[in-house]
Order: sequence, then structure tokens, then C-alpha cells
Amino acid sequence: MLDPSPRELTQNPLRKIWLPCRNGHIVQRRVCMTNCPTLIVTVGLPARGKTYISKKLTRYLNWIGVSTKEFNVGQYRRECMKIYKSFEFFSPDNEEGLKVRRQCAMAALNDVREYLSVKGGHVAVFDATNTTRERRATIVKFAEQNGFKVFFVESLCDDKDIIAQNIVQVKLGSPDYIHCNTEEAIEDFMNRIKCYESSYQSLDEILDRDLSYIKIMDVGRRYLVNRVLDHIQSRIVYYLMNIHITPRSIYLCRHGESDLNIKGRIGGDSGLSARGKEFARRLRKFIQEQNIKDLKVWTSQMKRAIQTAECLGVPYEQWKTLNEIDAGVCEEMMYEEIQEHYPLEFALRDQDKYRYRYPKGESYEDLVQRLEPVIMELERQENVLVICHQAVMRCLLAYFLDKTAEELPYLKCSLHTVLKLTPVAYEVESVFLGVDAVNTHRDKPEVRKHKCLSIDMKS
Amino acid sequence: MSNTQRDNGSATSAEAKKTDPRMNEKKCSWASYMTNSPTVIVMIGLPARGKTYMSKKLTRYLNWIGVPTKVFNLGVYRREAVKAYKSYDFFRHDNEEAMKIRKQCALVALHDVKSYLTEEEGQIAVFDATNTTRERRDLIQAFVKENAFKVFFVESVCDDPDVIAANILEVKVSSPDYPERHRERVMDDFLKRIECYKVTYQPLDPDDYDKELSFIKVMNVGRRFLVNRVQDYIQSKIVYYLMNIHVHSHSIYLCRHGESNHNVEGRIGGDSELSPQGKQFAHALRDFIEEHKLSDLKVWTSQLRRTIQTAEELGVPYEQWKILNEIDAGVCEEMTYEMIQKTFPEEFALRDKDKYHYRYPGGESYQDLVQRLEPVIMELEGQGNVLVICHQAVMRCLLAYFLDKSAEDLPYMKCPLHTVLKLTPVAYGCKVEMFYLNVEAVNTHRDRPLGKIPRDSDLIHRRNSYTPLSSHDQVKRPRLYSAGNQPWLPLAPTPTALMPEGRPSQPRIGSSCL
Repeated sequence: MLDPSPRELTQNPLRKIWLPCRNGHIVQRRVCMTNCPTLIVTVGLPARGKTYISKKLTRYLNWIGVSTKEFNVGQYRRECMKIYKSFEFFSPDNEEGLKVRRQCAMAALNDVREYLSVKGGHVAVFDATNTTRERRATIVKFAEQNGFKVFFVESLCDDKDIIAQNIVQVKLGSPDYIHCNTEEAIEDFMNRIKCYESSYQSLDEILDRDLSYIKIMDVGRRYLVNRVLDHIQSRIVYYLMNIHITPRSIYLCRHGESDLNIKGRIGGDSGLSARGKEFARRLRKFIQEQNIKDLKVWTSQMKRAIQTAECLGVPYEQWKTLNEIDAGVCEEMMYEEIQEHYPLEFALRDQDKYRYRYPKGESYEDLVQRLEPVIMELERQENVLVICHQAVMRCLLAYFLDKTAEELPYLKCSLHTVLKLTPVAYEVESVFLGVDAVNTHRDKPEVRKHKCLSIDMKS
Repeated sequence: MSNTQRDNGSATSAEAKKTDPRMNEKKCSWASYMTNSPTVIVMIGLPARGKTYMSKKLTRYLNWIGVPTKVFNLGVYRREAVKAYKSYDFFRHDNEEAMKIRKQCALVALHDVKSYLTEEEGQIAVFDATNTTRERRDLIQAFVKENAFKVFFVESVCDDPDVIAANILEVKVSSPDYPERHRERVMDDFLKRIECYKVTYQPLDPDDYDKELSFIKVMNVGRRFLVNRVQDYIQSKIVYYLMNIHVHSHSIYLCRHGESNHNVEGRIGGDSELSPQGKQFAHALRDFIEEHKLSDLKVWTSQLRRTIQTAEELGVPYEQWKILNEIDAGVCEEMTYEMIQKTFPEEFALRDKDKYHYRYPGGESYQDLVQRLEPVIMELEGQGNVLVICHQAVMRCLLAYFLDKSAEDLPYMKCPLHTVLKLTPVAYGCKVEMFYLNVEAVNTHRDRPLGKIPRDSDLIHRRNSYTPLSSHDQVKRPRLYSAGNQPWLPLAPTPTALMPEGRPSQPRIGSSCL
């Protein structure tokens, strides 16, 4: 591996990363890079939140840059069976049913293998009950054969109210119960759970001591963590220990219109314009009307955001990590000026706005890494209002709405508009507070007909 | 850790200063902002279970991220009270005389905890003792409740005799209790000491007696964890940290990039290439790695050219971390110190006043750097030998974490070019070896200016958190309690039973919460 001759460094013009000229063993630090792919396996009776956890975890991992995909065995079963008749399908005596379910699990595992080994995915989340030791042993063997690491996530809950709530919120709307009324559906589902209960073998302290897993008990009141093997498992554990299901709302908005906004300049650290101040006053009224319990208010450390928060008349916290994207040499310039003085940079940014890093500045990709602690803390908190900036808000929104890196930099985050996010369904309510402001949004430019600058962006 | 974690934006802060110091804003250190009521961390476990190791490490980490923390080790108090340790008999549960002394020590220690958290601006106190009986833990809980503190238990359970024996050899043999250091005798006495505790040991019972408590049970040196009812942000960070540390024997190598062209010109920051001397250093570094036979060495660099060029010479794979980039000097980037002094004399002076908190205009402070570097620290706690090729300010921050340096000392630590520091964990701390690779380089170090400079610096605070001058409210408001956190309650006088030697306590004027 020792290469005798020194390699010349060139800087990739898009990402501003120094790489040796000749292709070599270089890895740009990506958060949570693992050497081998990881298979996360959920364990638990129906209605224990396995799919909720799978989806949330997948969304989080993708957001921080770890390509992740979930594989829900229930989907495979629905595809195979077309019509769901009743809980009898899940009866442990139903030979036919058992065969189909095993086949579906195998089909899902096959797709997992393709995703992790062929398509270059890093993490696969295998979402199924996996309640027997036998089934789990099969999965462990499969993982060993393919060189995957395995991490189990078991969800245990005996609280009848939570289970009932789960069924009402999620199961009733399932394609399985499309033709049933509420009582029928609930009764059938409870029977379905019973089918699994008799054969349920929870992860055991002694028998499963060599496995890597986390047991989540009573919706996060208690956790048991066994043999965390590597960095990504440790991040997953940290994330799972910080999420909760208490109903709450997250409000996202930008600072009020600033003086630089009016001039059409990006970045900088200017104060609010007159309209911006008016927005801040309206925001105060809006917050009061919403009558939110124990609202936390967060801002960046830039003047325009703090001025906005000051108007609210409530305590607020400043986070430097919420500061707007650093535009480096382009700070305080207008887009026209950037195009004139740095035409190459301007073109590059339109080519890949997510990965493009301003000279001596940041990229959206950098922003996401920077904002991860904010997301983690938002997960822990309940009602929060975040007063931030355009690029920052796009990153946060992309996390909550599961947007890709391609979509993220073009999300619409207008001034003087508050987005109210209510979890579980992640519905977004957009409230425009009625104060005009300039439009700072630039759409994705259309694909040009002539030849693009050919720059190797695969770094 | 600096005491001035205060952030008063203006003259009107004199008013705010009147009330309890905590009511004034702590410096906007993101981590210290997240805590509210002070927290007492209570260690639990038989002797030689790594309680002191975890206490010290955790304290070091919390102080580094900006949360004032202190360890209160009961053994120290006991040694104060009983000047000469004779034998394990002292720890027998039927030794009434000794039991009285030990309880007394606990009360004195708790009294100091209270002082630290209420009068000395401490945020977290780590009570490092066995605390193996329910009775003792109930006493602590009463104390905590009395003072409106939060409590978080950390229990270490270990039944692997090899681990225990290794612990005893590593740390107990050199304990002040055993001046003669005769290994076998120490081992023998200490094992008997453990037996004394075992008789009355009541581990945390998550299913019944202790199910309402907030705690983490660390089992078999981190193979397994049980976490119950984490209450807030700082407890979740503590859990994350404890789950990531290992008792390891690998070494961490820290060095700066080779001398760069900017270094030669005396310029700070920028993204210049290695000078010829710098390139020589890179060669020397490669030889160094070969000599030390560092197999499976992970090499990390920043994303600035000079560290990457250095790593390239090594001929091994390396990873680039943007967060290892040098401190951003904002408008002062690529200037020499003389130029800065000439162009921004006020900034230059400010920096010397409080180098840790000073943030370059449009740039960063050391405090910002620490926040930025936290993921690096977390990963350095993982397994394996690592060589980190970074920069002066960055290296100072990392070193301060490993060597437990305060915010005052951190920015003045000596990290010369062309020198590799090897850090190896040893007992409760870190051994440092310095290797100068014999390639000359310029000196980029600026010493702390002489003479005591007044700390009051409104300008710095205005820099760090833009309090708009137009706003009438110059003082950043203190946090209200958040959902789930208790409000700061007025302090009741401590009951006589909890006071050392039964002294009545002085009634305290309570401080109201806002």
C-alpha cells in the first residue's frame, strides 16, 4: 500500500476538496462511514412502533448522508397475498400462511442483499416482527454470509393504552382493513397480536448475549443496550434514545426581512428592515394566538435572527450552529455580481447545489453536518420555534419532510412565512403572516442544451 | 474551567448580578446553556469497578464542552479523616466506629457538593463513592431533593475477575492507602475490602425499588448498558459519552501539518502549501510511523491543503475531516500578527484579554472550535491507534481534552511544528510523549501576555452574541425551566441531620426563579 512517489494535489472545483491527481485510496470523511454494510433488524409484537422507528431511523440516516433503505415485510406480504381476509392468516397453525410469510421474508432479504452489496447502500432496515429466535438466527446467518453487521432493535410495550392508540392511529388506515369498520378492525388486529404472543421470544440476556441490540421499553422510558460494535451503531443508539412520541409542534421560520435582503445581497450580518420588524411583531402575535405550551425559541447568532426573537418578548436561546450558510468570498454579493466575478463558481453551484462549496465557505452538505446536533435536540424537545435562515431552514425541513439531497436546496422557504410541523404524519402547515417581503428564492435552472463543463465530480 | 461563564451585555447587568449568579446568563456556551438545575451524578458500585475512572473521565469531558463539573471522591475525605489506613477491617460493615466516620465523611462531601453547585457556579457534581446501600442512596436523594438538584446514578457492575484484578493492579497498588506497594499484600487486602462491601450491596433494581430513578447501569466494562428515565439533554449526553468510552490501551498521535509557506511568512490561516521544510517533515513522519511499527493506524487530516500534503507523504490511506480545519480567523485570515495589530488594534487587544472566548470578526473562537471538535473526540474514544494531522488551535483543543486543561490554559498550550505528541492512557489519565522529528521550523507560538488584564469585556460579549444595541433589554434573559425540568426553587435550610456533626444550618435567602 505504500506509494513511493508523492502525488500532486488538485482541488475539486465543486466541493473544494483537495485530492491527489491520480486516483487513490482517499476517503472524504463522511459521517458514520462504516466499512461493512449494516443490517438493522426490528423485533417486536405488532403495534409496538417498529415501522415508526424504522421510518424515522431511515430518514435520519439518509439525512446525515448514510444511504439507508427500509424493507417492510408486511408490504411484501400484501403484494403476495393481494387480499387480506383475517387474522387467521397469522395463526401459528396456518401452514399455508407460514409458508407465504417465510417466502416474503426471504424475498425481502434478497432485496436487502441487492441493496447493500450491489447498489452500494450502507444500511438496510429489515422491518418485521422477527419475534422468534429461529427467525433471527436465519437473519444472522444471512448477514454473516454476506458480510453484513447486524443490529437488532426490539420494542417492548405492555401499556394497553399506547397499543390501542397505535392501532387506531396507524392500523385502521392500513390497506388490510380498507373494507372493515373500526370495531371489526380493532378486534381483528388484537387477535393478530395474540397469534404472535405465544411464540414470542424476547431478546434474552443470556441466550442472546453475543448479539448487538437495543431493547426499547415502554416507549423510551428504559433501554437495554448490548454490545455496540461500531460508530454507526452507537449513533443509532443515541438517536433512538433521543426520540419520543409526545405530541408537539415545531415551528420553523426565517428572520424578518433584512436590509441586505432588500438589496438582493446574500449572507452578511445586517439588521431588520422596517417590514422585517413588522414581521417580528406579527410573529409575536401569532405565537400568542397559538397559545403553545412551554414554547422554546431558538435563533442563530446573527443580528437579523436575534432582532426577530427579541420582539417576541420571551426567553430564547442562541445557537451559532444555526447561522446561515457561509458564502465565503461571495458574502454580501448579489447573484448578478457573483455571476460576473465568479462565473465558474456560479455555474458549478447550479450544477450541484447540494455539494457545491463556496470558496472559503460552506456547502449544503457541510450545513447538514453542522446542524445535526440541532436536529438531535429538536427530537428531544417538545414545542420549539426555530428562527433561522434560508439555507438552514431548507436543511431542517428536508430532515422532517424526508427530502433528498437533490430537492433540499430548492425547497421554498419564503420570508415572513411560518411553517408549522406536526409529527407522526409530518404534516406541514404554512402560515404567511401578511407582511410583504422580497423573494430570495432561486429555482433550479433548466438543463442547458449545450455541453456542460466536464468536471469529474465523483470524489 | 474559567469562572467567568457570565454574559452580561451591558451596564444594566449590575442589577442582574445582585441575584444568584446562575440567574445571570452563563456564557453562551451551547452545552452549558442546555443544563438548568444543577445535577448530582452519583456513582454506584463495589470497589475496583471503574467508578473513579468514569468519574474523572466524565468530569474531564463535561468541563471540556463547557459544563463546569467537579468530582467529589469519598476516599479522599476518608483519608483526610483517618490519617493512617491500617487494613480492610476498617471497611467491615460491623465496624461501628468506622461506619460512623464513613458516614460523617459522606455528609461533609455532600456539604461541599452543595457549596460547589450553589455558590461556586458549578453545574454538575460527581459524587464518587461506592453508594452501594439503599440507605446511603436514600440519604443522597433526600439531600438532592432538599436542594432542588437533579440526580443521575451511574452504576458499574462487573463480575469478570480478570478485569477486577487488572483494575486493582493498575490503580489500587499505587493508592495512598498502600504506601508500601507490595503487590500481593495489596491485592489480598483489597479483595477482602471488596468482600466487606459485597455483604451489604444492593444493586439498583430497575423493576421495582428504583424504577423511578434516572440512571445508567454499566455492565462488564461497557458490554451492556441499562438506561432508565433520562430526564434531560445533559443526562442524554452523559449516557452517550459513557457508552462510547472504552478502557483501551491504544495510543493517539497528534501533530500539526508540516511547516507551510504561510507559516514561513508569519501569516495565520489560509490554505497554503508545505514549504520545503514542511515536506521534509512529512518524510520524517513517514519514517516515524514505520519505526514505531504502527499497524492499522488510522490517519485523519483536515480539508486544508497543508495537512493533506503531509498525509500524502505517508503513503497510507487517510480520511479528511472538515471539522479538523484550523480556526477561522475571519477578517484576519492570512494576515500576520503585525498586520492585525495595525489594522484591527482593538481586536488584537481583545484577543489577548480572553483568548478562549474571543471570536474573530466573521470567524471563530476557541470555544466554537471545541464545539466543532466534539465528534472527533467521540471517535477518538473508539478503538484503534489514530494519527491526527491538524493545526495549532485545533491541536490545542484536542490536547486540552486529553490533558484536562482549563479554558484559560488551552489557548496557550505549546504545540510546535514538526513535533508529534503521543498520548497513551494510563491509570486515570494520559501519558504524553513528545517526539521532535528533527526538522527545523518557524515558531508560531505566542505566549500569554504578561500582567493581569481585566476580564470585563463587553466588546467580546457583543461579538459573541449580537445583542442589538437598539433593544432596551441588554441582558440576555435567563432560561425558564423547560418542560420536565423543575423550576429553581427557593432554598430551605438544610435539616440538622444532614449537617456535619449535627450543626444547624444557617437559613439561606432563597433566590427566586424568573
